[in-house]
Amino acid sequence: MFEACADPKSIEGLTWAMCYLTSGKHIEFYWSFVTVLLLLALTAPAALAMGFAGATAARSRFIPLSLLGKGYAAIVRGVPDIIFFLFFVIALDQGLEYLKSLAVCENHSWPWQGLEFRVCPEAKIPLGRSSAIWHQAYGFGLAVFTFALVFGAFAANVLYGAMNAVPRAQLETAEAYGMSHGQVFRRILVPQMWVYALPGLSNLWMILIKATPLLFLLGVRDIVYWARELGGMKTQAYEYPHPDWRLWYFLALLVFYLVFTKLSEIVLARISARLNHGQATAGGEALRKAAA
Amino acid sequence: MTCWETVQAYAFRSIGFGENLLPRSDFTLCQQITLIGSGLIWNVYFGVLALGFGFFFAVAVALAKSSPRRLLRKPAEWFVFLFRGSPLFIQFFLAYEALQLLPKTGINLFGITVETAWTTRAWAGALFVLFLNTSAYAAEIFHGALKSIPKGDLEAAEAYGITGWHKFRRIQWPTMLRLGWPAYTNEAIFLFHATTLVFFSGFPAFRQMGDALYYAKYFADKTFNPFVAYPIVAVYFILLTLLLTWLFALVNRRLNRHLPSNIRSRIRLRPQLIR
Amino acid sequence: MKNLLLATALIAVSGAAQAQDVVRLGTEGAYPPFNFINDAGEVAGFEREFGDELCKRAELTCEWVTNDWDSIIPNLQSGNYDAILAGMSITEERDAVIDFTQNYFPPAASAYAAMSADVDLTGVVSAQVSTIQAAYVAESGATVLEFATPDESVAAVRNGEAVAVFADQDYLAAIVAESNGELMFVGEPVQLGGGIGVGLRESDTELKEKFNAAIQTMKDDGSLNAMIEKHFGAEATKF
Repeated sequence: MFEACADPKSIEGLTWAMCYLTSGKHIEFYWSFVTVLLLLALTAPAALAMGFAGATAARSRFIPLSLLGKGYAAIVRGVPDIIFFLFFVIALDQGLEYLKSLAVCENHSWPWQGLEFRVCPEAKIPLGRSSAIWHQAYGFGLAVFTFALVFGAFAANVLYGAMNAVPRAQLETAEAYGMSHGQVFRRILVPQMWVYALPGLSNLWMILIKATPLLFLLGVRDIVYWARELGGMKTQAYEYPHPDWRLWYFLALLVFYLVFTKLSEIVLARISARLNHGQATAGGEALRKAAA
Repeated sequence: MTCWETVQAYAFRSIGFGENLLPRSDFTLCQQITLIGSGLIWNVYFGVLALGFGFFFAVAVALAKSSPRRLLRKPAEWFVFLFRGSPLFIQFFLAYEALQLLPKTGINLFGITVETAWTTRAWAGALFVLFLNTSAYAAEIFHGALKSIPKGDLEAAEAYGITGWHKFRRIQWPTMLRLGWPAYTNEAIFLFHATTLVFFSGFPAFRQMGDALYYAKYFADKTFNPFVAYPIVAVYFILLTLLLTWLFALVNRRLNRHLPSNIRSRIRLRPQLIR
Repeated sequence: MKNLLLATALIAVSGAAQAQDVVRLGTEGAYPPFNFINDAGEVAGFEREFGDELCKRAELTCEWVTNDWDSIIPNLQSGNYDAILAGMSITEERDAVIDFTQNYFPPAASAYAAMSADVDLTGVVSAQVSTIQAAYVAESGATVLEFATPDESVAAVRNGEAVAVFADQDYLAAIVAESNGELMFVGEPVQLGGGIGVGLRESDTELKEKFNAAIQTMKDDGSLNAMIEKHFGAEATKF
């Protein structure tokens, strides 16, 4: 990066530290923070959407749909997320390619031959000759989807509880005014449920932040992967040999996580105050008293 | 080897009984189910003991956090923030690094040499971290529950002249448990799930004695097929979660038995906690 | 799992820009000097140099991908890359599910490293989890202590958790040499596995033939030996 860094083994002291901390690998480490934040930013709304779909399905009067919604939440939540990540993504990838092969391949032989998964080259996602950037985007997309699926199950549970917590009287009043089921759902239930869902959802957000080390299992290089990689002992085969420095890298991560948690707590507390405003709950009552 | 022989050889392999060497070829479904089930002993061990000890410590921390005295409140607040604000695997790593710094020859305390080698073993070190971790989460739950005890209940107690220890024992304690129980159920489930991280990214496995995930990984690695071993762990954990939910629901029913049926707090599996 | 985010994918051979599919080479990137991520963030080491040369001779366009060791074979079979060059020893179990080219690295010795010469190798010996070394230690009657990474298994000897570490001699060589006499090899080296080959899907016979031919030319003209000497030192076993 800098000219002084051309021969790392001949420099020492501050220059060495500066060169070391700006090496290509460290730049990737810094970028991985962006990757993690981007993944969080994409996963949170996706998980919320899945949770909403799951909760709505669970409330449905159509029994199979209701069972599907409840089953999704119960099964995915019963399994530790790490175990889910270890086999689900490969299955998802193969499933998608199988579906594509039905559409694009001429030869429809069964693709699972023993342990090998074989589809025609046109059915690969992305195609073998696509540039690396597409492979990256696809891998990232799979990771976002898998995270959203797991956390969507938890969100479904929170939202299902929140929908049930909206006072019955409000819904009955709306019906008495002649609103249809859809109208009651859209105009009364959904706007009212957020205040009950927020504590659960904020905790879910905190769990999500701390689940990001599992990204590595999904093929995304996150901050923990890089901290482990950079901190490990380096022999002379590397440009910047050093002993085992994992402790320092992990302490840096600890600070990052604590700061990020603290910031999230502050923001969530503000949202909570706003949602509680004017609500007929204990929280709303406390706000009213504080203002008076 | 018949399946029954396999069960005899490997059912307690994870705690050091039975066949010394793990299967190395011709892997059968029976071997996988037996060994992974054997590993589950560790998950249950970590989960039950951490929860059991953690429960009491959590109540103490929750009380300290609600205390008007700064000297009690501040340390409790920091403890909870530190353990809820960082990923479990970083806690494992830092604990392992710290514990291995203890002198190998033991510490001399008032003329008695205290052995230290066992502290870096998973059964002690990882249990300690899980204990602190679950204490922090549960403390936050009980702290929230203490705050939501209806004001009227406490005033009524004082009006009857119930104060101090008696007020805690007879009013605050049962109400706190009742209000915090649904969230505490979720914490228990999360804790059991978190026990899979012990050998995955925390502590080394000794004599190939590991938890359910350790053996699942062993088989996935040997058979090169992730679609058998990992789903087996998943099924085991779904069953474990169901059992846990059922046990906690029993306690919940007892805690709520004096209430009219329409205002009993139902256990809703809401994740009220952070891990 | 298209481990491409994971992947430092780069076009390795630019000269042969033919209209053909890219051959994707999977590696671990955490096993110096075989393969590692260098300070520029790219795949480097012996296998990088060997793989690039291999593709050049076989007139293929190649791209490097890194993948977690645990799922490196399932992802090959799932078609997320086409070949594994990750210091993977040819063993019977692996050969049953995937195919190997002829070896490009002679059968490697595994060795014990410890802090003093007189340690008891039936005591606690550390190794990386689910490697042939871990299995060997378990069978030898010693108490095996398994760590997730090779790094940690060496650290365990330094901090006294284990009396010795058992790993590939070529991996340990640099660590022992640079430890200022703190670590040393003890006991006799053990031959495990049948050398290192390129792992391929069993159905990919065409690629296997191309690679086999290219490896043979590299063995014949001595360039493979030169490469081994460059990365592993003059004393390394050669062809």
